[in-house]
Amino acid sequence: MIILWTDALIYLLLTTAMVSGFFLRNYEGLKRPLNKIAANKSAMVSMIILLFFVAIGLLDSLHFKAEGQRASGIISVLDYCTQPLWQQTEKTYSAPFSAYLYSKAYITQANGFQSWGFPRLKFGGSHLLNPEIEKTADVLIKLIVGLSKGFVFCISWVGLRALCLAKKAGQIRLQVRPGFMGITIIIVVVGLSGIIELSTYYHILGTDKVGEDVFYQTIKSIRTGLVIGSLTTFIMLPLAVVFGILAGFYRGWVDDLIQYSYTTLNSIPSVLLIAASILMVQIYMVNHPELFTNLESRADLRLLFLCLILGVTSWTGLCRMLRAETLKLREMGYVQAAKVLGVRPIGILFQHILPNVMHIILISVVLDFSALVLAEAVLSYINVGVDPSTYSWGNMINGARLEMAREPVVWWPLIAAFVFMFILVLTANLFADAVRDAFDPRRNQHD
Amino acid sequence: MTKRVLSVQGLSVQFQTDNEKVLVVDDISFDILESETFGLVGESGSGKSISALAILRLLPRSAKMSGKHVFFKEKDLLTLPETSMCQIRGRRIAMIFQDPMIALNPVKSIGHQISEVIKIHFELSSSEIQSRVLTLLRQVEIPSPESRIGDYPHQFSGGQLQRVMIAAALAGEPDLLIADEPTTALDVTIQAQILTLLKSIQRQVGMSLWLISHDLALVSSMVDRVAVMKKGRIVEVAETQQLFTYPEHAYTQKLLAALPSIDSCREEANVTGDILLELKNIRISYPVRKGIFNRIVSHHQAVDGVNLTLHAGKTLALVGESGCGKTTLAKGLLNLIENVEGHIMWAGQNINGLQGEPLRQMRSNIQIIFQDPFSSMNPRMLVGQIIGEGLRSLHPEISSQQRKVEVATLLQQVGLSAECATRYPHEFSGGQRQRICIARALAVRPKLIICDEPTSALDVSVQEKIILLLKSLQQQYEMSYLFITHDLAVVSEIADELAVMYEGKVVEYGPVYQLLNDPRQPYTQQLLKAVPKISVG
Repeated sequence: MIILWTDALIYLLLTTAMVSGFFLRNYEGLKRPLNKIAANKSAMVSMIILLFFVAIGLLDSLHFKAEGQRASGIISVLDYCTQPLWQQTEKTYSAPFSAYLYSKAYITQANGFQSWGFPRLKFGGSHLLNPEIEKTADVLIKLIVGLSKGFVFCISWVGLRALCLAKKAGQIRLQVRPGFMGITIIIVVVGLSGIIELSTYYHILGTDKVGEDVFYQTIKSIRTGLVIGSLTTFIMLPLAVVFGILAGFYRGWVDDLIQYSYTTLNSIPSVLLIAASILMVQIYMVNHPELFTNLESRADLRLLFLCLILGVTSWTGLCRMLRAETLKLREMGYVQAAKVLGVRPIGILFQHILPNVMHIILISVVLDFSALVLAEAVLSYINVGVDPSTYSWGNMINGARLEMAREPVVWWPLIAAFVFMFILVLTANLFADAVRDAFDPRRNQHD
Repeated sequence: MTKRVLSVQGLSVQFQTDNEKVLVVDDISFDILESETFGLVGESGSGKSISALAILRLLPRSAKMSGKHVFFKEKDLLTLPETSMCQIRGRRIAMIFQDPMIALNPVKSIGHQISEVIKIHFELSSSEIQSRVLTLLRQVEIPSPESRIGDYPHQFSGGQLQRVMIAAALAGEPDLLIADEPTTALDVTIQAQILTLLKSIQRQVGMSLWLISHDLALVSSMVDRVAVMKKGRIVEVAETQQLFTYPEHAYTQKLLAALPSIDSCREEANVTGDILLELKNIRISYPVRKGIFNRIVSHHQAVDGVNLTLHAGKTLALVGESGCGKTTLAKGLLNLIENVEGHIMWAGQNINGLQGEPLRQMRSNIQIIFQDPFSSMNPRMLVGQIIGEGLRSLHPEISSQQRKVEVATLLQQVGLSAECATRYPHEFSGGQRQRICIARALAVRPKLIICDEPTSALDVSVQEKIILLLKSLQQQYEMSYLFITHDLAVVSEIADELAVMYEGKVVEYGPVYQLLNDPRQPYTQQLLKAVPKISVG
């Protein structure tokens, strides 16, 4: 078992969330909003998909040593589960579901002759004798087999669940629509099973320049995306919230100080700042090779440091918004009334200001989440993003720069990264929308 | 027989929300005659403004209208195509709104905005337009219109802006002018001026005027015929004189009875008693900052040497126009703003400038009720938490169980049920919210409650109930009130003493009956004269 820095932080976050969930589980005020979210179809679908993403990310955050595997000998649980995907590398590019390489080469035939053409892939579709004729039917059959495997799995699982549920029916408190939720989960599981079945025989999203499976790269990138999105947010959020609210509430010299500091920070081009900091880390790593025994921990520390520097540079926008909102709120009748009622400033901040700026925080956190994933791509472009050995959508998009210029175009890495990023950001947005609406009492009128 | 300008038959407006339909205007019919002034009165939410907007076909998308016919002159506005409607809107029927600040574009000069209207409806050269604008501005009595034509809305006062709005509405030479609460946002004295202006212009031009208002007294002095609206229905239409002398419908009678009358002041001259609070030469100023370093260049004196005395168990009313420093004085008294000079004597101790813990301990003595019942409660807190807030902070020794009991009794005292504690503020109406605010202030057992225009955002009938509640609570707890208002009629209902403020100074101060019956200062006299009274005949 090897614990990388980001792994530790991710699981720390998870434990915090679980512990606070445990303490809040019987809190009355939460019941209504949670029921509201549970009744929202799109929010529940988004949540299930998000949970799948998070599960993949979490599996990818448990690393252990496996001798003989990879150069560094460190693999994650996800790697372990998807072994064929990353072990079956081809020579170079190949299109999705293809049985041939994407570029021509000399093929040595059985009789010793060499010919110029598209060679067969080593793994993708290698079980087919004549791909031109058999492929379509084979893909369909494999898909159906995969889907039915998933279906059988679901049926047995649901049957077991139903038995258990019947006993515990009295304990369910939330008005989740079990039928609807069940169907969504079944669809996701069945689809997943189909994809798993297919990907054991084909490169379903093709391969990249060095012949690595693109599907594997995309699912490995999920962890990077989640780490950058969540860790950066958790560094940025306290800074923005504390400074923004304090500046707006106390005005005077506190306001001046905070305002000047974020204006100064804003006036420095953030790309330059990030580039400088990343270069500093690189030099540190070069000067202290004894601290970084393997590639993984180096890449990991760079990722962590990227989160840190992104967090430190990105709090200003939210801070400015919160300051403005607090300036407005502090003049509201209820804040004045609380002052007159002798409520201490700290109480006013927590009871009156914070709950009423929560919607702004939620919205901008979700929007920032997607912006951060994109920022990572931009930074990779100028080589100050995540380590080139780290799988990330940013790196994939960056690589696509050259691939798009090829003739014929290599489109699949870009599309794959784009689709996965899109799903993650869209579901996060939909879910956050529902959460915001549910926690706004003014929207609960027609319950 | 005089001709009808507008004839409405069976007009209904329905709002469609996600899961329900709300009938806002329910089958109303009325006529407006040529060069007549027609009044439509009703409480907020009764559908007055919506019916006016429906006739102009300016309803929001979620609303649906239907009706037999709406004849304007000979045209049926229900079936008219949109292009012809545009020629009627602003040209034949014009409208002025409640708040001129919102209705005018802040980045364009007023001359530009008026000439825009003229340009749409008439083909005139630019010099002709210019002279039309000047004539209009002269008509609405803007002083020296030549120099003000290029000014921007923020350079005008509220009353002058409303005049500009009227000028813009008159630009199309309309046959019907709809005035939707044209003076509600204005001070009493200005309100009177605007109304006189409207009346005289109407006489000059000979147009019809449709006045929409919640203020019965105002309507009675202005219009020829009145329609009373309740929950989307017109319950009574009659000649003004008849309606106010012999109201037929029960609702009209209730409205008239609820109207606070300036003549109903308490007769007794007993304003002696223990002195609770003494204000000695209070001066409050706001620093005026300018330049890049925000230097303080001067001070704006909001409250300028006020001396007042409050007796235990009595009510002192503070009256004045907006911006005269009433609210600033109240906030200064509560230590909510800085730069308060002078002595605030509470039980022989100067509480001005108290800080930290001593200030917090003083807090339970003086409480405040705000004007706007919508912004004065945290929308994310339950009513029980809101009322219990003061108890929690000032009496932490009370257990949460006890606090719940206390909150329940407070709710009952202000006329709400104890179950309200577990609901959110937005589920209540304006009047109910004001009751919750009273309960919140009452929770810490104050000796003085500052009421900052507590009824001015409420309807007449609700207003009366709140005043009655305040009165009965005063007797029960022997509290004092500092009652800030601009409405002299309310003053006469509740106050024992009256102080009239003008530009930061108290110009007249004494027992209510004395000031209302025999005002000495010209400003007080002017104020009294401007109050609209039900005047029939």
